[in-house]
Amino acid sequence: MNSGIITVSYIASSALFIMALGGLSHQETARRGNFYGMLGMGLAVLVTIVGLVTENQVFLIGGIVVGGIIGWILAKRVEMTQMPELVAILHSLVGLAAVFVGWANALDHGVSLNSVEQAIHASETYIGILIGALTFSGSVCAYLKLAAKISGKPLQLPGRHLFNLGLGVLAIWFGVEYVAASPDGGFIWLVAMTIIALIFGVHMVVAIGGADMPVVVSMLNSYSGWAAAAMGFMLGNDLLIVVGALVGSSGAILSYIMCKAMNRKFLNVILGGFGNKSSGGSESAGAAGSEEDIKPIEADEAADMLVSAKEVMILPGYGMAVAQAQHTVFEISKKLRDKGVNVRFGIHPVAGRMPGHMNVLLAEAKVPYDIVYEMDEINEDFPDVDVSVVIGANDIVNPAAQEVPDSPIAGMPVLEPWKGKTTIVLKRGMSTGYAGVDNPLFYKDNTRMLFGDAKDSVDSILKILNG
Amino acid sequence: MKIGIPREVEEGERRVALTPEVATQLHKLGFSLAIETQAGAAANFDDEQYRAVGVEIVEDPRELWKTSDIIMKVRPPKEHPELGFYGVELLGKGQTLISFMYPAMNQELLQDLSNHGVTALAVDSVPRISRAQKMDALSSMANIAGYRAVVEAAQHFGRFFTGQITAAGKVPPAKVLVIGAGVAGLAAIGAAKSMGAIVRAFDTRPEVKEQVESMDAEFLMLDFDDEDGSGDGGYAKTMSPEFIKAEMDLFAAQAAEVDIIITTALIPGKPAPELITERMVANMKPGSVIVDLAAEAGGNCKLTEANKVVVKHGVTLIGYTNLPSRLAAQASQLYATNLRHLLTDLCPEKNGEIVVNMEDEVIRGATVVKEGEVTWPPPAPRISLAPKEDVGIKSKAELEKAEPKKAHPLAFLVPLALSGLALFGLGSVAPPEFLGHLTVFVLSCFIGYMVIWGVSHSLHTPLMSVTNAISSIIVIGALIQISSDSPLVVILATLAVFITSINIVGGFAVTQRMLRMFRK
Repeated sequence: MNSGIITVSYIASSALFIMALGGLSHQETARRGNFYGMLGMGLAVLVTIVGLVTENQVFLIGGIVVGGIIGWILAKRVEMTQMPELVAILHSLVGLAAVFVGWANALDHGVSLNSVEQAIHASETYIGILIGALTFSGSVCAYLKLAAKISGKPLQLPGRHLFNLGLGVLAIWFGVEYVAASPDGGFIWLVAMTIIALIFGVHMVVAIGGADMPVVVSMLNSYSGWAAAAMGFMLGNDLLIVVGALVGSSGAILSYIMCKAMNRKFLNVILGGFGNKSSGGSESAGAAGSEEDIKPIEADEAADMLVSAKEVMILPGYGMAVAQAQHTVFEISKKLRDKGVNVRFGIHPVAGRMPGHMNVLLAEAKVPYDIVYEMDEINEDFPDVDVSVVIGANDIVNPAAQEVPDSPIAGMPVLEPWKGKTTIVLKRGMSTGYAGVDNPLFYKDNTRMLFGDAKDSVDSILKILNG
Repeated sequence: MKIGIPREVEEGERRVALTPEVATQLHKLGFSLAIETQAGAAANFDDEQYRAVGVEIVEDPRELWKTSDIIMKVRPPKEHPELGFYGVELLGKGQTLISFMYPAMNQELLQDLSNHGVTALAVDSVPRISRAQKMDALSSMANIAGYRAVVEAAQHFGRFFTGQITAAGKVPPAKVLVIGAGVAGLAAIGAAKSMGAIVRAFDTRPEVKEQVESMDAEFLMLDFDDEDGSGDGGYAKTMSPEFIKAEMDLFAAQAAEVDIIITTALIPGKPAPELITERMVANMKPGSVIVDLAAEAGGNCKLTEANKVVVKHGVTLIGYTNLPSRLAAQASQLYATNLRHLLTDLCPEKNGEIVVNMEDEVIRGATVVKEGEVTWPPPAPRISLAPKEDVGIKSKAELEKAEPKKAHPLAFLVPLALSGLALFGLGSVAPPEFLGHLTVFVLSCFIGYMVIWGVSHSLHTPLMSVTNAISSIIVIGALIQISSDSPLVVILATLAVFITSINIVGGFAVTQRMLRMFRK
């Protein structure tokens, strides 16, 4: 196969990948978009195998088949609530693959290059492995945090900024040494850098708090893209560069959207979670209300309120995912809609543990997407809402973000259920959210608290609605 | 403990302090219940309904008064007109009475209760703080009174409330003026509005303007600054003479125009202020109606007669003081629920024993006699709504102040210039092949930027999984290397192919699975 055909195939796959991402702009076109993506991938892999692979086809086929089967099983088995974990672990694989490819490339250099070209090539390899390694260890760490295998609390070592700075300086120094020693030596520098990058990845993610997880996941998404792009530079392959740049900018934009939704600077998120700030903040925000102002209700009263309402807004948070309550919530919404109540869902951009997490859960529970609204779409409607139901959410419905200027979440855009007639909050107890900030919403006159496990509460509401 | 509910003996009183529904809830708190026969009859609750939920029916009210641990009533106790006994006389130590008592006007009653060593809670003395709203019987009764006032007005008003264009001609909508936008006033506004009338409202407290307007009624403003009529506990206070003059001018102008006036102006512990003068009544259109909810306290209009409907200057003046009782079933249900909430607070252990905890602000406020000792009046309530709002406004102002200063208009040129310089530096040394790739890279970043902004927020999770799958395009790199001679390279490349395959298949498959779930 001549190289022209390979190149045009790569052009075609690049176009298909762009169309795949473009398709995601609407639910109607999204499935077709995913199909384009598969087509692009299939085409690129096929052309490469046919055109460039000359030996070791057995290993190749074996790797693809075994890997493919494992991937298929993973995709079929995963619970929708575990999507963040799956995405994190898949990111780590991209990072690891980049490390392998980078190393293989460093060990196996074919054509001889002049000195400038060699320097550029060596730095490309070096940077590619660096990004790959930190994506890998960071994603593994994020996976462990999301799967609650390690604590979600930010772990902040003393002098951690200095530590990061030291690692950064070391990475640059090793890089200079490696470029000077390549192409025939300097592997020791490459090994040292790989280790440093792994440490850096872990250290970066453990320092970030649970509420910032959506930012971390999308940031790692971005890194995996940049790793692919760096590989593209290293191999002189435009397809990898295009795809890497697409994925990299996609992840970067998601991180930006998430940061904006939390009113935080990206750099602040990376440099450390809410941990140090909230200890001071929660004290000042602690007096959000006295315990006496809490008005607990029972499930039957909640059901009554829902049935007699005209406009109901359901605001889910991570707690709904944890309690697996989305199916019952959908049953309730269906029941109410049958009774002529206009039920809508309001989703905050950072609800859950990854961008779009709530949408996927609701979709899984068969909630039609045209009654699921973005925060910006429905915040103005709250004055007309009779009953808002907050399920397992806290910080994203916290009026302190607007009312308390020194609150750690001040300025964060939030859903505004308190502007409606009544808010029912389903909550286990009076604990604070991930940001560690007390929530004045719970003490408002028009708020009713339905204490208990979210699943039990919605189950008993549904039972009353049915019976 | 046993709760006893005697029948109300006041003339025209139709309410009852317990409904069958509330009875079941009180059972859950551990109380046993007994009710005088036919006590709920006037409110459409017959003995059978009570018996069905386990309430004992008692023939002789005297037995109830003597044997119950807690007596729940609506009206303050008074002499029984037929049997000729006075309930309080039958009470003794350890018994508790819960009812309306109006302690400010009923010192004598407090003394009687104190003499018998009982504990008495006046539901009308429950402090009007947010936590106690659920037991605020004054508000629930005022709500009913406001609604009923409109119904009574409609009864005596000779026309439709709503405007209509009919084949027989045009009917203009009725114009209703509500004076005093408290609970009763707002209820009246809501009722009149839903019957189709044009509703205007006036109140001396400017903060209720928003509430009035939220009900789609017009709030009448005075051309008068710097006076706020908000007093303690959500009531209005007495205003200055200048203010009253301006107010009266407004009412005089409105009286000539509107068809129905509903007045609800009360100042606690004082006779009701006169708002509608005889001259204003005379200026109203014949057939107009005035409902005076302040009739019991002397009336907002001097011509009103308490408990009567009179016609003067062609205007019907309604002075009923028992409006809640005229909606007995509804009033009983709300009142009984208020009492249930009060008992829930009194009985924290849910064991059927009440604890009169004088540390609790709400219970302290309601308790007018504690074990024979008069504890009325309570210390002043500590919470007013106003300061809270101030905090809100102030913090908003501070938030605005905290806004960062605007950047220099040309500041955006700085990063542009910097990246331009960097590119220039790179271009002067890098080989053309690298620059070709760089072109592709930079343009792809921009394409990615444009495309990703278009992605629907709800599809962010599928976006991440699909980008994950396609970033496994790294497999191409591994495929290029797998044919190497070096065994180490082959191993690395094979591993890379293996893990990227997991990723490719897993990523696309899970995306497909998710996207299939999204449905209309």
